[in-house]
Amino acid sequence: MYELTAVTKHYTRSRETVQALDGIDLTIPDGDRLVIQGPTGGGKSTLLQMLGGLDRPTSGRIVLDGIDLAALPEARLTRVRSENIGFVFQSFNLIPTLTAQENVETALVPLGVKPKQRREQAAEALKSVGLGERLAHLPGEMSGGQQQRVAIARALVKQPKVLLADEPTGNLDESMRDEIMDVLERMWKELGLTFIMVTHDSALAKKAPRLATIRKGRITVKENTRA
Amino acid sequence: MFFTYLRRELRRRRKAALVVASGLALGIALVIVVTSVSAGMGAAQDKVLQSLYGLGTDMTVTKAAAPAGSTSERPRFRFDAQDDGSEGEQSSDRVMVQGFQTLASSTVGTVDAQSGVADAVGGLSLQVVKVSGEFTRGRFQQDGGGAPGGGPGGAQPSPQGRVEGGGADFDVNSYSVYGTDVAEPALGPLTSSRITSGRTFRTSETNAEVAVADASYAKEKKLKTGSTVTIKDTKFEVVGIATADSGDAAADLYIPLKQAQTLADAKDKVTTIYVKATDSQRIDGVKSQIVENVPGTTVTTSADLADTVSGSLSTASSLAASVGKWLSVVVLVAAFLVAGLLTSSAVSRRVREFGTLKALGWKSRRVTGQVVGEAVVNGLVGGALGIALGLAGAYAVTAVSPTLQAQLGGGGGAGGGFGGPGRQAQRTLDVALTAPVSPTTIALAVALAVTGGLIAGAFGGWRASRLRPADALRRVE
Repeated sequence: MYELTAVTKHYTRSRETVQALDGIDLTIPDGDRLVIQGPTGGGKSTLLQMLGGLDRPTSGRIVLDGIDLAALPEARLTRVRSENIGFVFQSFNLIPTLTAQENVETALVPLGVKPKQRREQAAEALKSVGLGERLAHLPGEMSGGQQQRVAIARALVKQPKVLLADEPTGNLDESMRDEIMDVLERMWKELGLTFIMVTHDSALAKKAPRLATIRKGRITVKENTRA
Repeated sequence: MFFTYLRRELRRRRKAALVVASGLALGIALVIVVTSVSAGMGAAQDKVLQSLYGLGTDMTVTKAAAPAGSTSERPRFRFDAQDDGSEGEQSSDRVMVQGFQTLASSTVGTVDAQSGVADAVGGLSLQVVKVSGEFTRGRFQQDGGGAPGGGPGGAQPSPQGRVEGGGADFDVNSYSVYGTDVAEPALGPLTSSRITSGRTFRTSETNAEVAVADASYAKEKKLKTGSTVTIKDTKFEVVGIATADSGDAAADLYIPLKQAQTLADAKDKVTTIYVKATDSQRIDGVKSQIVENVPGTTVTTSADLADTVSGSLSTASSLAASVGKWLSVVVLVAAFLVAGLLTSSAVSRRVREFGTLKALGWKSRRVTGQVVGEAVVNGLVGGALGIALGLAGAYAVTAVSPTLQAQLGGGGGAGGGFGGPGRQAQRTLDVALTAPVSPTTIALAVALAVTGGLIAGAFGGWRASRLRPADALRRVE
């Protein structure tokens, strides 16, 4: 479970201070599915990075299962990321020289999983997203939707507690978008993980049970009874 | 994963990798060629110096020759005027000490007793000039059978005519002889030659009438083992033929020291003392000690001799030492810098990649290790190319074997001259240049390749380690 208390984040950009997050208080229970929306530059991605331990707040506490990520030393924060948090990015962020299977394996490397077991787990994860026949393909040899499915397999292969997705369908056409959302929803249900997604897509937002909106660094959360 | 990722990444960036490897290869090849050519120069200089000194000699002790006309005696040859009409061949030979003033034999012991001296032996350098030939008497030839009749007064007319024919036919033969201490075969000028026929002196032949002939002289005079040469009425049996390892031999004939002293009427005298130091690092100290404790002598070390070497060998040696060395350093530094900058630039292009890996939980150390690993492999590829290129260059130099000239002496050695006999005059030796590549040179090349890789990796690794995953991801989104 996430508990955020008075989280602020300031950036300095061209001698100007930008208030990306301004006193965020938020609780996200385990197994929740939260969609974050808001205008560009509103602080959505910044909040996601704070939740993922990729960045630290200027002030405030970000507690994940009793551990304050804001106060953790870098090495332990890296460990929390490697064990508990899966990421899916808008641009897929696959390593272009590695095959689909090897890309998925990169998530298991920091956990010290042995190579043989790593290969097996990666293959299994790719099969679960429908890419069992594409293990040896390089990212450049796959469509955008397939690349995003590889990225989802990479995020989930280590069985994290939390899946963070930043505009996962932003670079995909409509049919691909639905395909990827189906995969993500299925995984969320099957694995029982906490799923937090940033999106501009209102159609996707409408399907979320909880919807958070960030404007000028401030957040409002609404329960979506229609979802 | 490390090696798979590394191999694929190098393959993806093979053009940049090739540029880095080629730069390093060029620098390393230059280092190998310059180092091996320098080693070849050193070997050539050693060869030249050995031709003067012989193996194992660290320095010589001599006494400079007196100025001409002061004490030296010009050779005189006396031939009998033979009135009895005989026309037999006459010969006269003079044996003179050559090159230096003599030192007392006891000086050898004094030098040997100095601290740091492992061994010292004396030698006597002689020049023999032999003039041989014959006089032919002229014959009187009367003109036209004499004057007709006689003059008034009945006086006898003097015969009219002229002397025809007659004269002298003399041959001058000059050669060098070296009196060597046969009891100490490991030192002295004969060590710069090897016996190619017969044998060398036995240590028991301290006063035997035996000689070793230099191969060139033996060929000229048609001498072989078992032949006899006569020096000032003493017959010496040629027991061996010696061939100089390089350049000229120290003398035409080598004989036992005592025999040489007798021939030159220089009992208990030597011209040169050959000295071997106990430790090559102490040569300068031993030199100072001898100069201080044995007054009036000149001590010449191989370093002093090396200073007197001039000509193309010296020029090439200077070029290799200065231009070659600095060129190698400049190329290497440039190659290291280019490798570093290209690696750093490659990291800049892979910000999102490394940011993603960090987001996945890769430690900075692992990401940095990946970058450094790629750079080191790149460096090793450059090193392998450089070694191949360098070996080819060194092989080419050895195959072509350019001839270098070494000019020696010319009154060099600050009056001391060289250790060998007759070395005070300038002379030129031809030496073929080789470029031997030693295992040390290869080890140096490998070390440079790894260093180049590490420097390049340090540039890129430093950048990669400083990447914060959020910044890395934000920069591209």
